Amino acid sequence: MVGSIRFEGVKKTFHTVTGETVNALSGVDLEIEKGKFVCLIGPSGCGKSTMLRILAGLDTPTEGSVYIDDKKVQRPDCDRGLVFQDPNLFPWLNIYDNVAFGLKVRKLYKKRSADISEYMELVGLKGFEKSYPHQLSGGMCQRASLARALIGHPKALLLDEPLGALDAFTRMNMQDELLRIKAEKDMTMIMVTHDVDEAVYLADKIVVMTPRPAKIEKVIDVDLYQPRDRNNPEFIRLRSEILKILDFAGKEPDVEYNI
Amino acid sequence: MKILRPLLPLLSLAAAEIVAFAVPDSPLHQPAKHPYFAILLIIAVAVYYIAATAQYFKNKNNSATEKPVFYRGPFLAGVILFLNLLNIFTVKTALFPVLYFPALDRVFGTLVEDRTLIIKCIGFSMGILLKGVAGGLIIGFFMGIAVGFSKAAEYWINPLIRILGPIPSTAWIPILLVVFSEARSASSFIIGISVWFPTVVLTSSGIANVKNSYFEVSSTLGAGQLQKIFRIGVPAAMPSIFLGLFNGICGSFVALMTAEMIGAKYGIGWYVNWQKEMMAYSNVYAGLIVIAVMFYLVITVLFKIRDRVLGWQKGVIKW
Ligand SMILES: Nc1ncnc2c1ncn2[C@@H]1O[C@H](COP(=O)(O)OP(=O)(O)OP(=O)(O)O)[C@@H](O)[C@H]1O
Ligand SMILES: [Mg+2]
Repeated sequence: MVGSIRFEGVKKTFHTVTGETVNALSGVDLEIEKGKFVCLIGPSGCGKSTMLRILAGLDTPTEGSVYIDDKKVQRPDCDRGLVFQDPNLFPWLNIYDNVAFGLKVRKLYKKRSADISEYMELVGLKGFEKSYPHQLSGGMCQRASLARALIGHPKALLLDEPLGALDAFTRMNMQDELLRIKAEKDMTMIMVTHDVDEAVYLADKIVVMTPRPAKIEKVIDVDLYQPRDRNNPEFIRLRSEILKILDFAGKEPDVEYNI
Repeated sequence: MKILRPLLPLLSLAAAEIVAFAVPDSPLHQPAKHPYFAILLIIAVAVYYIAATAQYFKNKNNSATEKPVFYRGPFLAGVILFLNLLNIFTVKTALFPVLYFPALDRVFGTLVEDRTLIIKCIGFSMGILLKGVAGGLIIGFFMGIAVGFSKAAEYWINPLIRILGPIPSTAWIPILLVVFSEARSASSFIIGISVWFPTVVLTSSGIANVKNSYFEVSSTLGAGQLQKIFRIGVPAAMPSIFLGLFNGICGSFVALMTAEMIGAKYGIGWYVNWQKEMMAYSNVYAGLIVIAVMFYLVITVLFKIRDRVLGWQKGVIKW
């Protein structure tokens, strides 16, 4: 089992087209052991997506670096799968070809084409191989994009609010599905979410961020057995603890305006 | 009306045939060798009823989503009625100027009697058209990809496109006639230019407008640079590329006709121009009919290809 991740002093400054500089990350140090489910939670615009994009290799940090299995992240690669809030399925390919995309570009299709139906089954999309993305519901598209990311056997799966656009019912189903997939295919999962409940339900470790420029406010280990009961007293206690931290964190921007 | 609908083409045909055979021709018109017009109408209606019968049997096991069997009936009846009136105003009464409005029999007769020359002209024109379209399309497509993906190509090629592109392709004729020894190559070149410009512009802008997250997703799936271009950029930009090709081909028809009317010794545009100079207006109309059918077929083929390639767009965008 592989997929340990280390952020070392990662800073990120954006220069916008209007000439302003945006300090998104101001020194993030974080260690994630392999095989963990980690949730990133924090106020909107603090830099959670930026963290994931740096880890994926889509953005480069201004300072510091990120390592996966002690190898420095330089560019995007298939050892880190990424799922966005928007499924971003390729509309010109049907679901089967979308899921097969990673295998085809890596010339693994001949060897592993049998896996495709396995992954379609895993995300519950059996029978929709021939459908095009616009013919599926939002939740089905998101599951297809999950299968597309999973089929390349990434060491780490990065999920940026993947369930954000789904209704509460589909969302809870998908949460269970994520846990099931994680148990079946050993990998590290890092998920950005705004939903404290979701974080406590899924994560082994919850990373709470401060407002921009983001640092890590607190890392909370969740020592509850799976499957978790949302009414368990410890569950409720953790949830209110995180909400308290976030609330405190949410007040900080006021200071900026007073300057 | 419902009951009449299947019979409408037949009724309209009967009226036209009665006029054609029972009413005497005006002596001002030259007589035609055969009653081509009357025969053509009979053939058209016969074909229509055969097709409708075939559709009737096909619909039986198909769903009701198909168009009704006699959907096109009233339209065909209307067309026959229009031609019938035209026949009355020309050869039957000579109400229209005889020189410019020849008998329909002679217009359709030209298609039969002059067919060797006309077919030769069609072949000639299509050859020029295909060569020009293929050249313009290939160069425009790859140039558009280069401009869409490479900053250097954009820097060097874009100004060229902006300056040379808007020049109407036919404005090149004087230069091309000097550069190319053969009028045929010059015509192909003009067509190439008129296809190249919209293709290159819409290919590069189509690629520039592809959602960046498609490229990002593909790179996290292990795609390299070339694969990003041909597996993401090109298919995502395909609707735009097709729009460019469509505009280009429509423009190329104009270019083809103009080119042929100027320097060519063959070709359907040349035929029309030559017959006009000979004051043979029945041949001019025949030529125009051929041109219309020819370009209609080209566009239909293009639409068929589009439906194949852009089938995934169904229910998204249409043009
Ligand atoms: N390409 C960019 N150019 C300029 N600024 C950027 C860019 N990407 C992100 N930012 C800025 O960096 C900050 C962090 O953005 P990021 O998307 O990481 O936030 P987030 O925590 O994911 O927010 P949310 O929870 O709303 O998704 C924001 O203030 C944003 O405006
Ligand atoms: Mg975000």
